Order: sequence, then C-alpha cells, then structure tokens
Amino acid sequence: MYEFKYARPNSVRQAVNMLAKDPEAKILAGGHSLLPVMKLRLAKPTQLLDIGRIEGLSGIEQKGRSLVIGAGTRHVEVANSQVVKDALPALAALAGEIGDPAVRHRGTLGGSLANNDPNADYPAAALGLGATIITSKRRITADDYFKGLFETALEPDEIIVKVSFPLAKKAAYEKFKHPASGFALVGVFVSKRGSDIRVAVTGAGSSGVFRVKSFEEALKKRFSPKSIEGMSIPADGMSSDIHGSAEYRAHLVGVMARRALAKA
Amino acid sequence: MAAVSMTVNGKAVTADVDPRTLLVQFLREHLRLTGTHVGCDTSQCGACVVHLNGIAVKSCTTLALQADGGSVLTIEGLAAADGPLHPMQEAFREHHGLQCGFCTPGMVMTAVDMVRRKGNELDEQTIRHELDGNLCRCTGYHNIVKAIAAGAKAMKGRAA
Ligand SMILES: Cc1cc2nc3c(=O)[nH]c(=O)nc-3n(C[C@H](O)[C@H](O)[C@H](O)COP(=O)(O)OP(=O)(O)OC[C@H]3O[C@@H](n4cnc5c(N)ncnc54)[C@H](O)[C@@H]3O)c2cc1C
Ligand code: FES
Ligand code: FES
Repeated sequence: MYEFKYARPNSVRQAVNMLAKDPEAKILAGGHSLLPVMKLRLAKPTQLLDIGRIEGLSGIEQKGRSLVIGAGTRHVEVANSQVVKDALPALAALAGEIGDPAVRHRGTLGGSLANNDPNADYPAAALGLGATIITSKRRITADDYFKGLFETALEPDEIIVKVSFPLAKKAAYEKFKHPASGFALVGVFVSKRGSDIRVAVTGAGSSGVFRVKSFEEALKKRFSPKSIEGMSIPADGMSSDIHGSAEYRAHLVGVMARRALAKA
Repeated sequence: MAAVSMTVNGKAVTADVDPRTLLVQFLREHLRLTGTHVGCDTSQCGACVVHLNGIAVKSCTTLALQADGGSVLTIEGLAAADGPLHPMQEAFREHHGLQCGFCTPGMVMTAVDMVRRKGNELDEQTIRHELDGNLCRCTGYHNIVKAIAAGAKAMKGRAA
C-alpha cells in the first residue's frame, strides 16, 4: 500500500467536511473492497476516513412500505435480520450469499453501493427494487444512481447515509456465482410492486448493472418465467473475459431471470 | 505513525504503527504471534482468520487501526500454552484434518466461529458452505469437514 493518513471522524458531517477539504481522501467502511485495491496499489488515497464507528450509520428499520437500512450495516446483519427476512426475504438471501462468512462480517451496504463493482450483488437489488439512495446531501433514485463501471452519481464529498428499499409484492435474486471469487458472473434481481416490474442484471453488462426493458414489458401480462420463455438479450454491450464470453453472459441473463421468476 | 491499543489473547497491547499496518502484520511482526498466516493477496484464502470482538474476520483485510480498542483472539489464544488443546484443535488432530498445516489456524478459527453462529450439530453441507472463504491446497477438505463436525460436538457447553 502507498502511505496514507488515518482518521476517525465522529459524525457524517465531519467526514463530509474532511472530504471537501481533501479531494484525495477516501471513506473507509468495511474495507473489503478498498483495502484489497490499495494492497494492489491500484488506489492511492492521501487519507482514510474510517466511518466504521459513527453512531447511527447502521441499523435496519421498516418504515411504512419501505425497508430503511443504514449504510454501515454489515452484510451479515442484513442476512440475519428477522425484519428483512419478513419484509424482503430476497434481500436477506442476497446478502447471505455475498462472498464468504468473514467478508459478510465486515462488508457494508453503503460500501458495496459506493464501490459499484460491476459484479457486485447489492447494485442488482437496489436497481431491481427501485431503491432510493439517501446521502449526506440528497436522495437519489437507483435509476439515476448507477453510472457505469465503479461509477456512481455520488459527488466526491458525498456520503451514503442510508438506503430505502420499497417492499415488493414479489421479488427474487438468482446469481450464477463465479466459482472462484463468489462474485456474480451474472446475477438477476426481479421484482413486482403494483404495476412496477423490474428486472435488474449485475455481472453481465460492460457498463455495470442495467435493467432489461424487453423482459419487463413481457412480464406485465404475467409475472412468470413463461412470459419470457425463449426470450434473450443481444450480446452487444455484455462484457467478455476469460470467465465468459458476451454471448454466454447474454444467454445466462435469460436463464437467471427465469430462475428468479420461478422463485419469486 | 498512529497509536493503537487492543487486547490480544487477553493481554493488553499498545504500539505506534504506520497506518498501513494490517492487523495480520501487527500480530505477526509486532507481537510475533506467527500462528496467523498470510496465504494470498486477494482476501480469498482465509489463512489469516482471527476473531475480532468475537467475530471471525480476515486480518489481512483489516487495518490494525480498525481493531483499535478491540479484543482479538488468535490461534495462540485458543488454549492455554500448558493446558490441553481446544476441542476444535483436538478434533483436527484426531481426524487428521491437516497435512502441511498452513491453512489450519484459519480453518480452526473459522470453525469455532461457525459453531458460535450455527450451533454444535453441523451437517456436511453446512460445513462445506461455511468454508467458502478458507482454502486448503493439501487435504481435499474431506477430513477438515469431519474434524469440524466432531469439534463442534465436542464444544457443547463451551462458550468458544
Ligand atoms: C473475498 C471477497 C469476496 C467478495 N465477494 C463478494 C460477492 O460475492 N458479492 C459482492 O457483492 N461483493 C463481494 N465482495 C465485496 C464486499 O461485499 C465488500 O465488502 C463491499 O463491496 C464493499 O463494502 P465495504 O464496506 O467493505 O467498503 P469499503 O471497502 O470500505 O469501501 C468501498 C468504496 O466505497 C466507498 N464508501 C464506503 N462507504 C461509503 C459511504 N457510506 N458513502 C460513500 N462512499 C463510501 C469507499 O470510499 C470505497 O471507495 C467480496 C469481497 C472480498 C474481499
Ligand atoms: S491471507 Fe487473508 S484471506 Fe488470504
Ligand atoms: S493442510 Fe496444507 S493447505 Fe491445508
């Protein structure tokens, strides 16, 4: 790792001020995306602002027809929460399949969404449920939030504080795990809330998480795997690497979507 | 440099460290507790697993400063130096759950954490799934799984 200074701001406001003063500083949450990247010397922050102990940044609460989860909430807490299991079981299941037990003990919801790794799981849930990302400045809908590979709408001095997930009538996530890393080679989150139908895909797109409008349209009549039987998406715009070609990923999107629908 | 203090295996320790110091480096290089291993550069192998405030974490992906004020348990702290082995260690010995032994400290610490979360009766599928973050290049896992099932049973009535 390159040298950096370490600080522990004791409120979100203080952390924001420190970020505003030093554009090269970075927030440290669970550290399970940032530290590996720093160990490879692919990131060189001047300062790490550890938000891990800021009070009120983690927690899970049901507010009316939404589930509000603090940015600092660890994956294991979401996976085990009875509130999440009752209100949005698909989200609890997704969190329980992130990485391995030790990763889930440290990694956080906010860290995952801020990082926006193209193979990460939470972005599929946020986009697939139409979540709202609540930051130190504003509220951003998931549709406006994800901007590409590791790119989000967050400004340099903006911190995710919590995320509000609307409760869906039906929802499910299916991921085809990369056998070595556990990340999604392709993961599909489907949901139905009134007339709002969403199919969000992670792992496959060459510019990150995306929605499949053709599937969503076809599912309007009936929210069932049958409605999209035989349908596929073009390989154009899919990523391609040693783990899978664009054609393979495009194919998997259909397969995972049907499996998710069967489960929802 | 930054001041860090924590409890490691029940003993209070304080040091001035470069903020870059990983928890595993702190344990191995500052405290000379070399039972915790480093097997990879990608946070995937689990050889470095220790308990931080009672919970299994990868010490290669945690800064020493993130553990400031906390309590750390390493493989050295699992059993008293002059006493019998911890039941999970004993089960690994009994069931031949290791060959070269490189992965073993992480396996044992993960296994003890598994019992905390999942109880004393662990079936094979649960154990294999829970070992997702621990790699062994020697054993083929078969005896590790057997050892953990037996160790979990033997831990009945113990806190850790
Ligand atoms: C071995 C391994 C396997 C993994 N497997 C998976 C997997 O299967 N699926 C998956 O989705 N992920 C996986 N991950 C990633 C893991 O879920 C990370 O924990 C997560 O992506 C990042 O969360 P964090 O809290 O660790 O963030 P950090 O690493 O602390 O931060 C990540 C980035 O987000 C920024 N940040 C953090 N919090 C905030 C905030 N509140 N506001 C604004 N910016 C913020 C940081 O500055 C940094 O740029 C894996 C990681 C490892 C090491
Ligand atoms: S050394 Fe920590 S996971 Fe490999
Ligand atoms: S016993 Fe050699 S790596 Fe597991």
